[in-house]
Amino acid sequence: MAFAGTACLLVGLLTALYAAVASIAGARTGRRELVVSGRRAMYCLAALLIAATAVLQSAFLRSDFSFKLVAEGSSTDTPTFYKVTAMWATQDGSLLLWALLLSVFSSAVLFLSRRSLRDIAPWATAVLGTLAAFFLALMLGWENPFTTLAVAPQEGAGLNPLLRHPAMMIHPPMLYTGYVGFSIPFAFAIGALITRHTGADWIRATRSFALIAWTFLAAGIMLGALWSYSELGWGGYWGWDPVENASLMPWLTGTAFLHSIMVQEKRGMLKVWNVSLIIATFVLALLGTFLVRSGILQSIHAFGASTIGVQFLICIVVVIVGSTALVISRLPHLRSESRLDSLLSREAFFLLNNLVLVLLCVFVFWGTFFPLISEAITGTEASVGPPWFNAVTTPLALVLVLLTGIGPVLAWRRITSSGLRRAFVVPAGVTVATLVVLVALTNAEDRVLALAMFCLTAFVLAVVGQEMVRGTAARRVITGDSWTRAAAGLLARNRRRYGGFIAHAGIAVLFLGVAGSSAFLQQRDLRLSPGDTFRAGGYELTYERATARLGGDGAGTGAPIAFGAVLTARKGSESFTLHPSRNFYPTRDPSKGSIGRYFEGEATSEVDVRWGLQRDLWTAVRPDISQLEGPIQEANRKFADSSGDVQAVVIAAIAERYRTDPPPAAFRSIVSPLVAWIWIGGGIILLGALIAAWPTPEARVRRVRSLYRARVGRELSGA
Amino acid sequence: MLVALVVLRPLVEGPGREVEEDARRAELEAAKEAKYREIRDAELDRGMGKLSAEDHRTTDRELREEAIEILRELDALEGKSPRG
Repeated sequence: MAFAGTACLLVGLLTALYAAVASIAGARTGRRELVVSGRRAMYCLAALLIAATAVLQSAFLRSDFSFKLVAEGSSTDTPTFYKVTAMWATQDGSLLLWALLLSVFSSAVLFLSRRSLRDIAPWATAVLGTLAAFFLALMLGWENPFTTLAVAPQEGAGLNPLLRHPAMMIHPPMLYTGYVGFSIPFAFAIGALITRHTGADWIRATRSFALIAWTFLAAGIMLGALWSYSELGWGGYWGWDPVENASLMPWLTGTAFLHSIMVQEKRGMLKVWNVSLIIATFVLALLGTFLVRSGILQSIHAFGASTIGVQFLICIVVVIVGSTALVISRLPHLRSESRLDSLLSREAFFLLNNLVLVLLCVFVFWGTFFPLISEAITGTEASVGPPWFNAVTTPLALVLVLLTGIGPVLAWRRITSSGLRRAFVVPAGVTVATLVVLVALTNAEDRVLALAMFCLTAFVLAVVGQEMVRGTAARRVITGDSWTRAAAGLLARNRRRYGGFIAHAGIAVLFLGVAGSSAFLQQRDLRLSPGDTFRAGGYELTYERATARLGGDGAGTGAPIAFGAVLTARKGSESFTLHPSRNFYPTRDPSKGSIGRYFEGEATSEVDVRWGLQRDLWTAVRPDISQLEGPIQEANRKFADSSGDVQAVVIAAIAERYRTDPPPAAFRSIVSPLVAWIWIGGGIILLGALIAAWPTPEARVRRVRSLYRARVGRELSGA
Repeated sequence: MLVALVVLRPLVEGPGREVEEDARRAELEAAKEAKYREIRDAELDRGMGKLSAEDHRTTDRELREEAIEILRELDALEGKSPRG
């Protein structure tokens, strides 16, 4: 089976190289059959990599430990869901996933553009084929997921316990889909530059892919934050970790790109900026993959050192140098077709929003790579840490949310002064009212930046709400429809515009959650014995009793032992219980003994969160099992050669000892106001992106012959 | 073998087996739809009071002229003249 997988990769490498060579030859000689052949090669590559993935998945599901990857990342007791997703917990498997997604995306875009972009598409095929060949060469040369072991072990090492979380297992493919998705507009931008066809055609053909990539990247980042919040046991959702930053940077430039391409589509402006942005976004996507895999920066997410860091670095340098040279050589073809008519226009504010987003990206980049920069200059590695990131990004985030509100109000080209007044009266009133209410009724004024963010959130929501209402009213005047039909029609006919506005509302809601949870968070760390009580954020919490659960934890991660606690929380008439615990996974280290290995392996926190729209009550426990050391050592000696059933009884007896006579345990409780709005805001962003990405009815090709002027009018009214 | 068959077939048979619509026409159709979208956007902005009547007239005239150019080019590709 492993041979079949390697064969798929080898044939895939040859196919990808052929796709690149045939496409270039076809583009240069004008022989269409070569171009078609190159495109078909990309389809075949997708089929080959789907087959390779099926081979690997089959090995995981069968627990075939002759595969090195399966032996290192799975075990017979790993739950099936995690067996399926264990592929991308390893470096080799991640590379296969990257290549698979790239081939599928490439096939989709080349199929959809097979009747258009005849000049650009072959060069884009060459870029995508070369990129796929790079990943396949990495696998075949250094990180083959189909490497086999001379002697298959009886049992695998199991999946890293930290990764046994549903969000974490969906998070990597989401991120990778985002990273890979941006390679499509990048490839077509390169094709447009090579052929000097620098109009908006390549943007129109790949805009949906850019939006899909952006959406997946956003979803991946959100899921990563959710995993961090509910799995890592520190209680936060964003720690400015290098790998987190690595996913944020292409998202920031990708967001800028999605806005600025609208300016090129409508006004023929910002051509240099747009190709530069998509090149930067793609390079940052490669960098994101490189950071996770290279091990050059310390990260809680960088699982294992890599052997392919140098290769990735060479690839990134080649992309940067080659793309930059291409852009410079094509500058005469990238001149703007028009100029800004007014600073009070949507395009002017898009430009401003682009600058803020890119500046944010530059700061995040600087902070992320500061350890390397400082080491190169001073010889000493230093890092800047979350306080630095918070200090530099918070003001820019405030400006960004403000622009998120102003952008939708403005018209293309220019807005009238009366229109401007009318557009801002209601949102400005809502903002002032929000300020007054918050200052009068809450302690929000204690945190000025958070207060500013709350007011800006109100401003953005008021703008979006007003735009919806006014747009619906304008449509009613045109169509005479009811409010409901007019609103539905407005959304259906202007999906890009209103999908974008909904995403803007989501951004504001998300920042509301970030501001509230970071400025007003209350955290307590204490050691408690059963019966002890403490207060946290208005809650009274009592540690009722210790728990010891055997044979399957509540979260279904496959942990054989979980020690935890039952807490009762009271606030006014509200009362509920919380069950934080800590999972213990067996180690394969024989020196720990046949009983001790169940207690001395890796352990992960299973936090319990009382979710709420106003606040979350988050709890974690770290049981002290040091008092079990004596009994464990004794059991190791006495029952080393006993049957599994006997050992299970012994383990249960030791666990019961903890439950009935627990020493003080360490607890962390966090009351985090408004944190739920981060996830709700994320959901709204994804909804807006989905609406904006949905194909519009006018995308269907219509052929109507008529007098031109009447025809324009008729086609517009009929669409 | 299967891969080679699928990939090399166009070299033997030529690209004619695939539907070969004119690429330029597809691009113009896309450009036309984008232009129509711009015209609708401007109409909506006018309806919402963001554009003055004069600005809208100017913008609309420019956009419609550009749309007409695209339609002319489309018809020229098909070798047809404008009729009602």
